[in-house]
Amino acid sequence: MAAKSAAKPKSSEAQAAVAEFTKDQDLAAYREMLYIRRFEEKAGQMYGMGLIGGFCHLYIGQEAVVVGMQMCLTPGDQVITGYRDHGHMLACGMDGKGVMAELTGRRGGFSRGKGGSMHMFSVEKQFFGGHGIVGAQVSLGTGLGFANRYKKNGNVSVAYFGDGAANQGQVYESFNMAALWKLPVVYVVENNRYAMGTAVTRSSAQTDFSKRGLSFNIPGEQVDGMDVRAVQAAGQRAVEHARSGEGPFILEMMTYRYRGHSMSDPAKYRSKDEVQKMRNEHDPIEQVRSRILAAGFATEDDLKKIDASVRDLVQEAADFAQTDPEPDVAELWTDIVK
Amino acid sequence: MAVEVLMPALSPTMEEGKLAKWLKAEGDKIKSGDVIAEIETDKATMEVEAVDEGVLAKILVAAGTENVKVNTPIAVIGAEGESVAAAPAAVAAPAPVAAAPAPVAAPAATVPAAPKSEPDPVEEVPPGTEFVSMTVREALRDAMAEEMRADPTVFVMGEEVAEYQGAYKITQGLLQEFGAERVIDTPITEHGFAGIGVGAAFAGLRPIVEFMTFNFAMQAIDHIINSAAKTLYMSGGQMGCPIVFRGANGAAARVGAQHSQDYAAWYSQVPGLRVIQPWSAADAKGLLKAAIRDPNPVVFLENEILYGQSFQVPKGDFVTPIGKARIVRAGTDATLVSFGIGMTYCVKAADELAKLGIDVEVIDLRTIRPMDLPTVVRSVIKTGRCVTVEEGWPQSSVGDHIASRIMREAFDYLDAPVISVTGKDVPMPYAANLEKLALPNVQEVIDAVRSVSYR
Repeated sequence: MAAKSAAKPKSSEAQAAVAEFTKDQDLAAYREMLYIRRFEEKAGQMYGMGLIGGFCHLYIGQEAVVVGMQMCLTPGDQVITGYRDHGHMLACGMDGKGVMAELTGRRGGFSRGKGGSMHMFSVEKQFFGGHGIVGAQVSLGTGLGFANRYKKNGNVSVAYFGDGAANQGQVYESFNMAALWKLPVVYVVENNRYAMGTAVTRSSAQTDFSKRGLSFNIPGEQVDGMDVRAVQAAGQRAVEHARSGEGPFILEMMTYRYRGHSMSDPAKYRSKDEVQKMRNEHDPIEQVRSRILAAGFATEDDLKKIDASVRDLVQEAADFAQTDPEPDVAELWTDIVK
Repeated sequence: MAVEVLMPALSPTMEEGKLAKWLKAEGDKIKSGDVIAEIETDKATMEVEAVDEGVLAKILVAAGTENVKVNTPIAVIGAEGESVAAAPAAVAAPAPVAAAPAPVAAPAATVPAAPKSEPDPVEEVPPGTEFVSMTVREALRDAMAEEMRADPTVFVMGEEVAEYQGAYKITQGLLQEFGAERVIDTPITEHGFAGIGVGAAFAGLRPIVEFMTFNFAMQAIDHIINSAAKTLYMSGGQMGCPIVFRGANGAAARVGAQHSQDYAAWYSQVPGLRVIQPWSAADAKGLLKAAIRDPNPVVFLENEILYGQSFQVPKGDFVTPIGKARIVRAGTDATLVSFGIGMTYCVKAADELAKLGIDVEVIDLRTIRPMDLPTVVRSVIKTGRCVTVEEGWPQSSVGDHIASRIMREAFDYLDAPVISVTGKDVPMPYAANLEKLALPNVQEVIDAVRSVSYR
C-alpha cells in the first residue's frame, strides 16, 4: 500500500478501492507522468537560462494527479486549472511544442506568445486555462459544468485548484451553486501542503479539504495523490457521480511539489529532508516503475526505450521553442475584441 | 385628533403609484403595524402599515386608483372612540388634504413621464418605421425577450430575476415565457455567479448576468476584467466570451455612498470590454440586443431613474450599432457630450441656452467603449467649444479623456478650454440637499456652456 505518512488518505473507502492497473494502464501512466516530469525539468532548465520569462510554476511531484484524473474523462469533458498548468495541458493531449513555445513567448505557442506560462487554452482539447487569479478557475469551471447541464450534453468539467485557492470565498460560492443546481463538476483540490510558502496548518482551520463541501452536502474523498491508481479509482467514482446528475464531487489529492512555488522560490519554509523523503518514498513515477518491473509488464530495457522517446519528445519541444520566431509585432493589436 | 395617512414612497425614485387594495374598511380599529392597504408601482407591490393607532375614519383614495402621487393623503385615522360619522369633518379641517399637490381626483391627467425628454426618432431605423411610446424598463425587457426567442443559448441569471420578476422589474415575465432553465435566480453571490457566467460563455452559451446594481459588481469585477475581458487576448484569439453584464448603475436617489457610483470611467479603461450606457428607451433596446449578439464581453450600464421614463421606440426587431454616438440636437455654437442620465441635464440645458441665443449641439455617446470620438471631434471642429457631462467623479473621468483627445485632434479649432461637468469629488452624501449638490445639474451645464462661450 503506497499510502503512508503525508500522503495518507483518511477515507478507508479510498484505500479499499485502489485496484491494480492493467499492463496498458500502468505503461500509459508511466509514460505520461514521465513526459510531464521531463518536460518540467526542461522548462526549469530553460528558465534558468533566461529563455523563459516571468512566472514559471512547475508541476514536478504532482504528476499522478492529473494523469490519473485524465484517465477517467471522455471526449467533451472539460478541464480548467490555475497557474500551475503545464502538466494539465500535456495530460489533455496538447502538443508539447505549443506549450513550450508559449513558455518562451513564441508565435507557435498555444496563445501565439501572448499568454505565457499561466495562460494557455485549447478549445480542441477542451482545456479552458490557465488562470492566474487564485481561485477564479473554480467559479469558471463551475460555469463550464453549468453549460453542460444547460446543453444536456452529458459532459463533466474538472476544476483543479490548490490548498491555497481552497480558502478563497468564491470557491464556496461556487460549491453552493454547484450543489444547488446539481452541476456536473468534479473539484480536485491538489493539496501539495504549501500555499506558496504557507503550510496548510498555518492557513487552514479545517485542513481536511475533502470536508470543505460538507455544509453544501457535497461528498468528498481524500486520495493518495502520489499513487496514480488511487487517483484513477477515486476519479472514476467522482466523475460518474457528477455525470449521473448527482451534482458535484470533491477530491482532495494528497500530493507534493518537489520544486518551489515558482522558479524564484528559495523554499526556506520546508526542510530538504522533507522533500527528499517524499521523493524517495512516494514518488509517483517510481511507484509505477517498480510495479511494472515487479509485475513483469516491461523490462528495464523496455522502460529505457520509453525514457528515451520521452526525452526526444521534450527535446523536440525545447528546440522548437527556441527556434520559433517571436510573434509578429502586429500581434500586439490583435485578439482584443472579436 | 385625526391623523393623515400619506401615500408612501417604496423607493427613493418612486413618484407615484397605484392604490391597489384597502385591507381595512372605514370604521375598523387600527393598531400600529397593521397592514391597511396595498400599493403597486411598476417595480413592486408593497403593503402600507399603519404607524398610528386609532380608527380608520375615512378613506380618501379609493382602491384601484392609479397614479397617486407620493405624499398624497390617502386616509384619515381618528382617535379611538371618535365617531366615524364625525370623521369627515375632521378631514376637512386640515387644509393640506385638499391642497395636496396632485389631486387624487384627477388621476388620468397625471402621466408625468417626462414627455419633454422624448427625443427624435433614432436615425438607424428606416424611414416609415412605426414608433411606440415605451419606458426604458419595457425596452430592456423586450430586448432580452426577443433575443431569447431567437437564440436558445441566451439565458439570464442574477438575484431576483425569475420568481420576483426582477428587483427593478426588468425581467418581468421572462420566467413565465422561458422557464426556470433560462431565467435563473442566483443566491446573493456576485463573485461566484459572475464567474459561472463567464465559464458558461467560455463553453459557448450567451449569458446575460444581471447585477441588481453595479455597486455589487465590485465583488465580481475580477471576473469581468481578468476572466472575461482578457481571455481572448491571452488565448491568442482562440477563446471567446460572449456575455452581457447589466444592471442599474450610478446614483438613484438618497441611497447613500455605497449604492451611488457611476462605473462608466472604470470599465471604459479596459481593453477587451465593450461599455454601453444608454439614455433613451430606443437605445436601451437596440443596444442591449446588439450587446447580446456581440461576441465580446459587454458591460451594460443602466440607470434606475431612467427605468420609468418613456421614449419613442421603433416597433419590431432593430439593433443599434455599438460604438456609434448620436447627435440628438444639431447646433453651431458649442458641443455638449454626455451619455446615460447625463443626457437629461444636457437636453434641458440646450433648451435654456437656446433662449439665450446659444445654439448647442448635443451628442449622446451611448457607447463609452469603443468611443465614437470622430463624431465628437467633427462637432468640435464645427463649434469650437465643448462641455462634457457625466455623473461620475472628476479624476480620470470620461469627460477628461474626451478633453484630452479633443486637445490632440482638434486643438487648432478650439476657442476655449474643454470643461468636464462631473459629479463632485466626494462619496455620495445621503442628505437630500447635499446629494443634490454632489450631482451635476442643469444650471451647472448651462454655466459651463456660457463659460466656454464667454457669454
